[in-house]
Amino acid sequence: MIAEAFDYERADSLEAALAALARRPGAKVLAGGHSLLPLLKLRLAQVPLLVDIDGVGELGGVRVEDGDLVVGALARHRDVADSEAVRRGWTALAQAASHVGDPQVRSRGTVGGNLAHGDPASDLPTAVLLFDGVLTVASGAGLRQVSARDFWLGPFATALGEGEILTAVRMAPLGDRAASAYRKFPHPASGYAVVSVAAAVRLDGEGRVAEARVAVGGATYVPFRAAAAEAAMVGVRPDPPACREAVADLFAGQEPAGDMYASADYRAHIARLYAADALAAAGAAAAAG
Amino acid sequence: MPTLFGTPVRRREDARLIRGEGLYTDDVRLPDMVYAAFVRSTHPSARIRVDASAARALPGVLAVFTADDVAGRVGDVPTAWLVPDSGLRTPPRPVLARDVVRYVGEPIAMVVARTRALAADAASAVNVAYEPLPHVTDARAALAPGAPQVHAGVPGNVLFTWHAGDREATDRAFAEAEVEVSLSIRNQRLVPAAMEPRTAVAAPTPEGGLTLWTTSQNPHIARFVLSGMLSLSEQRLRVVAPDVGGGFGSKIPVYPDEAMVAHAARVLGVPVKWTETRSEAFVATIHGRDQVQDVAMCGRRDGTITGIRVRATANMGAYLSLAAPGVPTILFGLIVPGAYRIGAVDVEVVGVATHTTPTDAYRGAGRPEATFLVERLVDTFARRIGMDAAEVRRRNFVPASAFPYATPTGLVYDSGDYAAAMDRALEAVGYEAMRRRQEDLRREGRYLGIGLSTYVEVCGLGPSKVAGAVGFQGGLWESATVRVHPSGKVAVIIGASPHGQGEETTFAQIVADALGAPFEDVEVVHGDTAATPMGWGTYGSRTTPVGGGAVSLAARRVADKARRLAAHLLEAAEEDVVVTDGRYHVAGAPARSLSFADVALQAHLAWRLPDGMEPGLEASAFYDPENFVFPFGCHACVVEVDRNTGEVRILRYVAVDDCGRIINPMIVDGQVHGGVAQGLGQALWEGAVYDESGQLVTASFLDYALPRARLMPHIETLHTETPSPHNPLGVKGVGETGTIAATPAVVNAVVDALAPLGVEHVDMPMTPERLWRILSRAQGRAPEEVRA
Amino acid sequence: MQYRVLMRVNGRPVERETEPRTLLVHLLRDELGLTGTHVGCDTSQCGACTVLMDGRAVKSCTVLAVQADGHEIVTVEGLADSVDAALRYGGLHPLQEAFARAHGLQCGFCTPGVLMAGADLLSRNPDPSEADVREALEGNLCRCTGYENIVAAVRLAAELLRERQQAGAGRPAAHAAGGGD
Repeated sequence: MIAEAFDYERADSLEAALAALARRPGAKVLAGGHSLLPLLKLRLAQVPLLVDIDGVGELGGVRVEDGDLVVGALARHRDVADSEAVRRGWTALAQAASHVGDPQVRSRGTVGGNLAHGDPASDLPTAVLLFDGVLTVASGAGLRQVSARDFWLGPFATALGEGEILTAVRMAPLGDRAASAYRKFPHPASGYAVVSVAAAVRLDGEGRVAEARVAVGGATYVPFRAAAAEAAMVGVRPDPPACREAVADLFAGQEPAGDMYASADYRAHIARLYAADALAAAGAAAAAG
Repeated sequence: MPTLFGTPVRRREDARLIRGEGLYTDDVRLPDMVYAAFVRSTHPSARIRVDASAARALPGVLAVFTADDVAGRVGDVPTAWLVPDSGLRTPPRPVLARDVVRYVGEPIAMVVARTRALAADAASAVNVAYEPLPHVTDARAALAPGAPQVHAGVPGNVLFTWHAGDREATDRAFAEAEVEVSLSIRNQRLVPAAMEPRTAVAAPTPEGGLTLWTTSQNPHIARFVLSGMLSLSEQRLRVVAPDVGGGFGSKIPVYPDEAMVAHAARVLGVPVKWTETRSEAFVATIHGRDQVQDVAMCGRRDGTITGIRVRATANMGAYLSLAAPGVPTILFGLIVPGAYRIGAVDVEVVGVATHTTPTDAYRGAGRPEATFLVERLVDTFARRIGMDAAEVRRRNFVPASAFPYATPTGLVYDSGDYAAAMDRALEAVGYEAMRRRQEDLRREGRYLGIGLSTYVEVCGLGPSKVAGAVGFQGGLWESATVRVHPSGKVAVIIGASPHGQGEETTFAQIVADALGAPFEDVEVVHGDTAATPMGWGTYGSRTTPVGGGAVSLAARRVADKARRLAAHLLEAAEEDVVVTDGRYHVAGAPARSLSFADVALQAHLAWRLPDGMEPGLEASAFYDPENFVFPFGCHACVVEVDRNTGEVRILRYVAVDDCGRIINPMIVDGQVHGGVAQGLGQALWEGAVYDESGQLVTASFLDYALPRARLMPHIETLHTETPSPHNPLGVKGVGETGTIAATPAVVNAVVDALAPLGVEHVDMPMTPERLWRILSRAQGRAPEEVRA
Repeated sequence: MQYRVLMRVNGRPVERETEPRTLLVHLLRDELGLTGTHVGCDTSQCGACTVLMDGRAVKSCTVLAVQADGHEIVTVEGLADSVDAALRYGGLHPLQEAFARAHGLQCGFCTPGVLMAGADLLSRNPDPSEADVREALEGNLCRCTGYENIVAAVRLAAELLRERQQAGAGRPAAHAAGGGD
């Protein structure tokens, strides 16, 4: 299908992009286009103007800065998945990026576009939430930082305001004797997550869990951090039985959602299995150093 | 002696396709070409008022057609399989909806504009006011008293009621039986989803005629039907099916769309192109299957099956598509006994109108629905009497000595050795060892299952006298011309229209063998009504058995003449001339010889022909087979059902197929692979779902799960070869066997895996959640408890 | 609104005026006549439209023509020429040769996209396992082959390519990333 007509402007700097957005109410940012173009093509969305930021060099790249991982909004999923640094220190993020869509989508789709789209069944938000990512948002008024916990507000709803551009996401390292893992149960047709789980474990000197993190996507309208499960892991040895026990209350305070393919019950069940598995995998990797 | 027959010759088709140099219909580009787009109903049932004024006023818009504009100018879309003795009603199907719409996707208007994008804009600008009417999408619900009526002329929504077999004898068999098993089966609706969407390009010719390029499996049928709808004489209508990107039955019917494209080109006097979008295809192109069945089987405790009873409700959709009535009747009911000698058979099918996309032939067409139920019943029967499923099959097979075998439904099976095929599969899969492994794993609480499917298929649709008897409004013969050019190059011109099945290669193999001509010199021409003799098309696994019969006969006629001429030129007796390595010579005296090209040249020069021989070297044949062909085989599938997630992992998939003599094993295996994938698709992933509001909710590849590389298992292919006596080549069709066999093989495997839990049947598609719920229930835990 | 784009397609510079909403695939097919790249869906699922953009497989139905401005595109028509002549088999890219040998196609409609996805895979992984290939084809749908021979063909192509490369022929199959702003 073919989109309704729109205007197109190419920005060569962040300032130019913000200015273009400000000039035209309803204008949208175009990066890889892999979230937006399908909607436009099916005429499920219309835009007066697309502002193409693909040539804004300052928004690209995957780099480690003062120990933190900084992923530019224009970084391609493939670059994140293939990055040695990400695979080593932010394993769950690399794994999540390697699960986005398919190879063609990962060639072209951007991290910023994915995060800003706010699809609860997408892979990256779950991983970014795991790493307590801090998202940098630019507007005419300057830059502001939004924590991952505050960024996704509902299905396809984010903290990004009209005329704002997500420029990068920053994630601190997990520290020594720590590791992470990502598990996904994909929908057989779309490949989106029926359930996705990212987990991280940091061990103390005796091999017990000093800190655990679990982020769950796909099963609820917004990805969430499973606080009860995280707490239950502390102090235990992260073997599979202990992990299974720790995730019993994975959905504390959360309401799993169902759809035509998988009910809320089933999603919750799979999320527990996968959370336990991801925790155990992270624990084993942390122990292996 | 044949030299190419039976060898894996590389495909002729590939040279262009791998370079991106194929010509699919959307690749046709003509000067001044304009683009069409359809406005389709967004409601399942409604009264409509159409206002096209805004669309007509848009720049670049050449025309908007509504029902008023085509009334009396484009005829209704016909139904062409008028199944007798069924009380068949064929409600009229206008090309554009008039006053009322009956399914989501029904065409209401067509716009034509200068570009694809402007056509899309104009379609969006056509205003349709809907006044919703009650709707019904489920066939059983449509039969309920007081259900919404789809057509005024179809009381109770019953389009036909069809019987096969002997009801009284079957009732007796059930009354006398020691054992009776029954199942309720939902053979769900599927979307054919050929990768190439339907497309049509119509161009006016200077003589007032039309050339129509279209994605058709049967361009001659398309011309026959469209010439009637458009009141255009056949010699003025040329239909070309160029490269066609898969069909699987969905490109057999003539749809409203192509007729409208042709009409627009005539009215506007310029070429018009329409390319279906995938979103459109999901609702506008036929669906397949969609039967609900109550089935039962009876027999004795010694394993003998004595009777089978089927009560089926077939959802035909809002209108009867071209071949639709024949699918859940003739193509379904007659093959219900399957590979088994079952004395009493009773089949009743009610065809029902609903507010859904019309259903028609999808790969297998009726035969998968029949094979599924009988294979499920045999397994259920075996489990009930505590006998191994393979053993029950063996005891009931039509024995190899019984062919030709007449079924109680009136078919005559040509040839077969069903036990041999099953033995081959059992051996390949290591059946006994696998059963032991199953026992071991069961003790560990794991669910391994072994499923068999021993199918027999009726295909190679023909002969024509049978077509007439079963109400098919056409012939079922095929045609071929073998034309030798003066240089010895050969054109094999066929009426059938292959689109991926490889007959450009296999037919060249047959002809090269017959003539002693180099394979490279033989070219197969098809798909253009102006260039090819009449033929009925490529579907029902008929092109090789029926079309190949015509090719074989025509080639033999040419070969006979070539040999006669060669004998004359060699001054030898005809019976002494043999062909060795492509050269004609006297047996035992290869020194003096002629190549096929030498003979061809002499035939055309005609300087030294024998008395009475006509010049030239060409022959045609119209081949009407004496009967159908009946491929058979056994597919064996080993699965493990994950006790935690309900996911099915296919550990082994072994396909043993007997399609008679094999012309090209590489191509045959490819057909099996693809067929199996579609069969697994139905078992595990695919299913078209309408929601309460009558919308198709699985209307894109994001929702409707086609088999993907990551999901598919490795498929092991094996063959037995039992020639068919029904055609000159001894071949049987192989295009549909995989699809027919695979679905029950997988479901039988999953049910076998879960049998210790008392599971007798699982609905399709067998999604992880469906199986997880079964596991949870059977293990005595509510799904809610499993959460904890 | 028209927008001028300049890109390299199969090694040749191409300049066109286009509407911003025009998809790359439509520019390739309708404007440049490169009809080997197909459209099989409208939700970025089927992969029939796959081309290489700066050496990476992308779905040209989900790239605007204006986004390809300044980039290097290779379609199936240019696949063979994207590798050194010494690596070709009878003028074919090893993938094309392997697909014909291993019967990796039937109707052929998905084939160009599968070939391009395969080319991207082989540029990253010269010896892919069966599982690697199946994963790399996640973005390509085929309704004819059950993927069995597609998987075999991609692995055969890897073998053919390695053979030629070990024989010292030519640069690797990875198409040199070109273009860029």
